[in-house]
Amino acid sequence: MTERDVVIIGAGPAGLACATKLKEIGINDVLLIERERKLGGILNQCIHDGFGLHNFKETLTGPEYIERYLEKLYKLDVEILSDTMVVNLFPDKSMILSGPWGREKIRAKAVVLAMGCRERTAGAIWLAGTRPAGIYTAGVAQRLMNIDNYMVGNEVVILGSGDVGLIMARRLVLEGARVLMVLEKLPYSSGLPRNIVQCLEDYDIPLYLKTTVKKVYGKRRIEGVEYVRLDDEGKPIPGSEKFVKCDTLLLSVGLIPENELSREAGVALHPVTGGPIVNDTYQTNIEGIFAAGNVLHVHDLADMASMEGELVAEFAKKYLEGNLPKVDSWIDVKAGAGVRYVLPHKVSRKIDVNFLFRVSEPSRNRYIIVRDGNRIIKRRRVINLHPAVMENIRVKADEMKDASSLEVMVE
Amino acid sequence: MAPGGENVFDIGIVGGGVIGSAIAYELSRYNLKIAVFEKEPDVCFGTSGRNSGVLHAGFYYQPGSLKARLCVEGNKIMREWIRLLKVPFKATGKVLVAFDEEEVEELHKLKERGEANGVEGLEIIRENENVEKICPGVKGAIACMYSPATAIFSPYLLTIALAETAHYNGVKYFLNCEIRKVEKENGIFKLKDENGNKYECKWLINATGVHSADFSKMVGINDYRIYPCRGEYLLLDKILAPLLKMPIYPVPAKKVGGHLGVHLTPTPEGPILVGPSAEYIEDPEDYESTPEVMNKLYEEGYKLWPYFKRSDVIRTFSGIRAKPVPPGDTRFFDFVIKEEESIPRFINLIGIESPGLTAAPAIAKMVRGIIEKKEKLTPKENFEPRYLRGERFEELSEEEREKKAGEDPDWGEIICRCEKITRREIIEAIENPLGAKTLASIKFRTRAMMGRCQGGYCLPKIIEILEKEYGYKPEDFQLHKEGSWLFSGRMREND
Ligand SMILES: Cc1cc2nc3c(=O)[nH]c(=O)nc-3n(C[C@H](O)[C@H](O)[C@H](O)COP(=O)(O)OP(=O)(O)OC[C@H]3O[C@@H](n4cnc5c(N)ncnc54)[C@H](O)[C@@H]3O)c2cc1C
Ligand SMILES: Cc1cc2nc3c(=O)[nH]c(=O)nc-3n(C[C@H](O)[C@H](O)[C@H](O)COP(=O)(O)OP(=O)(O)OC[C@H]3O[C@@H](n4cnc5c(N)ncnc54)[C@H](O)[C@@H]3O)c2cc1C
Repeated sequence: MTERDVVIIGAGPAGLACATKLKEIGINDVLLIERERKLGGILNQCIHDGFGLHNFKETLTGPEYIERYLEKLYKLDVEILSDTMVVNLFPDKSMILSGPWGREKIRAKAVVLAMGCRERTAGAIWLAGTRPAGIYTAGVAQRLMNIDNYMVGNEVVILGSGDVGLIMARRLVLEGARVLMVLEKLPYSSGLPRNIVQCLEDYDIPLYLKTTVKKVYGKRRIEGVEYVRLDDEGKPIPGSEKFVKCDTLLLSVGLIPENELSREAGVALHPVTGGPIVNDTYQTNIEGIFAAGNVLHVHDLADMASMEGELVAEFAKKYLEGNLPKVDSWIDVKAGAGVRYVLPHKVSRKIDVNFLFRVSEPSRNRYIIVRDGNRIIKRRRVINLHPAVMENIRVKADEMKDASSLEVMVE
Repeated sequence: MAPGGENVFDIGIVGGGVIGSAIAYELSRYNLKIAVFEKEPDVCFGTSGRNSGVLHAGFYYQPGSLKARLCVEGNKIMREWIRLLKVPFKATGKVLVAFDEEEVEELHKLKERGEANGVEGLEIIRENENVEKICPGVKGAIACMYSPATAIFSPYLLTIALAETAHYNGVKYFLNCEIRKVEKENGIFKLKDENGNKYECKWLINATGVHSADFSKMVGINDYRIYPCRGEYLLLDKILAPLLKMPIYPVPAKKVGGHLGVHLTPTPEGPILVGPSAEYIEDPEDYESTPEVMNKLYEEGYKLWPYFKRSDVIRTFSGIRAKPVPPGDTRFFDFVIKEEESIPRFINLIGIESPGLTAAPAIAKMVRGIIEKKEKLTPKENFEPRYLRGERFEELSEEEREKKAGEDPDWGEIICRCEKITRREIIEAIENPLGAKTLASIKFRTRAMMGRCQGGYCLPKIIEILEKEYGYKPEDFQLHKEGSWLFSGRMREND
């Protein structure tokens, strides 16, 4: 069994950034594994622009953004194993690889999980009615259209207002399909505000909030859906049902970090994010296993996933060199009022931390507060908060060194 | 006997579900020219692909009935068939749990009945700890009956293996072939399908499941009626598999004729079934999932086994029972399996509801017996009882996997990430001997698209294989039935 210093699983924005950074800072034995032939992860199918605003200060398409990283990667001569799936990962950081070249077991001193996420499906949302053809998750439709050159339908209803669905609404209109409506069960969209404007409003596609699909019709191909308004408790309002004819239903109802391998290795997962529980070095409960990108929590911006990958590279290097801070007691970071989750979940108080978090509902003119019991460590005013947008607040090691508990909240 | 002509057969079996295919497999041992007519593009799209997959022991049914006898017999023969046909199977046993004294009494009755039917090993366990010992996770039950003869297996893979093995042994399968008209002339049945194609057969077997009463009418027998009764299911993520050792059933309810109640059933591949419900419906092919029933399944399932959350559901589906009794009628009705007196050599199978799957091998042998009374059956010399198709990669040892993947790139490439299905397995499924070509046919044969991501990862990959290696055009892709198209065309002209 071969031994490697660092193995990165997944070559999306997070994995690519992590691999290049590791090389740049002097770790030579890095292996980047990707199950697809092409590196770049989900961005290969994102042919719209809007990537790179943070990292390159310009707006790029997904493939262009990836190209920037690939150039660096090739220059640095990072070892890449594409067309290779990691099929098992064990707690001792050994793993089984499988690909057209064969199958092999290898072991790593440090593993970076960068497997991205997958979409929630019709079954996961208990979609009622028949099971005809023509029901796609938005990401699958995106891939079939943008990479495989297939048109998925003509008259489309989109259930859920996640970003992928919004982007697909525009894409379908541009390709000549009719997008009849987007239905969202929440009182606000779950996609980025900019996507609501650029993908729906600009194309006069109606967004019905507090509305969901009650029933799917059609035995062979979908023939229509019945949709219904929801009350404040999220229960269908009797009598508000309407039928709309369509031949395609796209689901954009949430992404789930892809942690089957992590779980197999014994990595503890967080009930809210669906990703690993990590400390301030992005290390999971298994020593030497780190996580970055959508596998850790779902990001709205690829730039942030890349930045997380770079950050993890620094920690992985320190880990290999035995230079991570010695910690006797971690403190948990709590998601307080108005906050759905905060990352990292545990801090040592020995290093500076940029806390990432998501709020529970949209609001304006608030304060983000980090506190230790009643003691406020940090406070910052914000104009706009939206659950679709990841927020952050930085806290220096000094500022929290005496803290006995930590909570991030909105007031 | 073997009359000449391409579409002339000794035996015509209408319906390629588990019953039709079991009969085809059993009869393919003999020198007979056999055809199976199936209206769907594949053999397991009816009830046989939509049930609990339980190999029943036989304690529910009236002693002396066909249901009882064929279930107990079928349970034994099925074990042998499953071995020969490499069908995923687990000898789990099963428990029925009682929550009050009345139900305990019912358990004793079932045990007696089971013993009268020849079911072995039934045991009533009273103390709560022992209930938990046998079946960890059952909460609040005061007693249970343990049935070691009950088991689980894959009903759709059984049906496919029967059909493909029958095909290998010379049975001709006509898929997408709905028989619309039957006439009898000079003692020969003349069949016509929806496209006007004609077939002839000497024996005609009605194995059309929920359509059996209608088909019977078509042949000239008006004595039967089928009342379709839908059973809905929730399918739970296989992450829960280690927690459920065996099927857990309640004591059967009296309401809907013979309904066994909402139960939890593991499948050999891991996902857990919750269900089925029981509701009479009009349309015998209305496989809907309804919010009311989904919620009821959740509640009733949770009561028996409080280990799953709503978010563990990966899929919902339903199957339809061919009930011979109308709503409200709680009388016991037996299977009808007989040669109709008024129409010699027409064998009718009516009301083959549960335990039809378990009983299938015994039913097939019974049908053979009926034919044997009038025909001399001579065994085929080169009959191949085993399923000749490939291996399931995930079931091999890691050494074997490494070896295979090293020899053939198609064994190394994983197409379905959730169930870890290789390209080789997908290709074998596409090249199935029956020529079934829909995505559902690939799904049933391989389990690709059946895992927790429901094809999110592998669907585009399978589509690519079909396009690049089999020359599929956009319009060739069908999910299941004719008309279940996937694509409306290309996005742009190919260069
Ligand atoms: C439809 C859509 C539109 C978006 N639009 C924008 C936008 O306009 N602007 C923007 O900034 N961001 C956008 N994003 C967000 C951004 O794309 C993601 O945040 C980012 O791609 C996450 O990167 P990642 O590396 O974590 O995951 P991914 O890009 O998903 O990469 C994960 C990689 O891991 C591989 N992998 C997984 N498991 C294994 C295994 N077992 N073995 C080997 N390899 C494996 C996968 O094949 C994949 O290549 C969009 C996202 C989507 C889905
Ligand atoms: C919810 C549910 C749970 C069950 N659970 C169990 C269980 O756990 N154990 C058990 O032993 N049994 C169980 N059963 C019973 C078992 O599934 C059935 O008895 C069995 O599948 C019936 O098989 P079949 O071949 O008769 O029907 P089908 O599989 O429905 O086959 C009939 C076929 O005939 C075709 N057909 C109909 N008309 C025509 C025509 N005119 N021309 C050509 N083809 C035609 C149909 O397309 C269909 O494929 C269950 C049933 C249901 C509904």
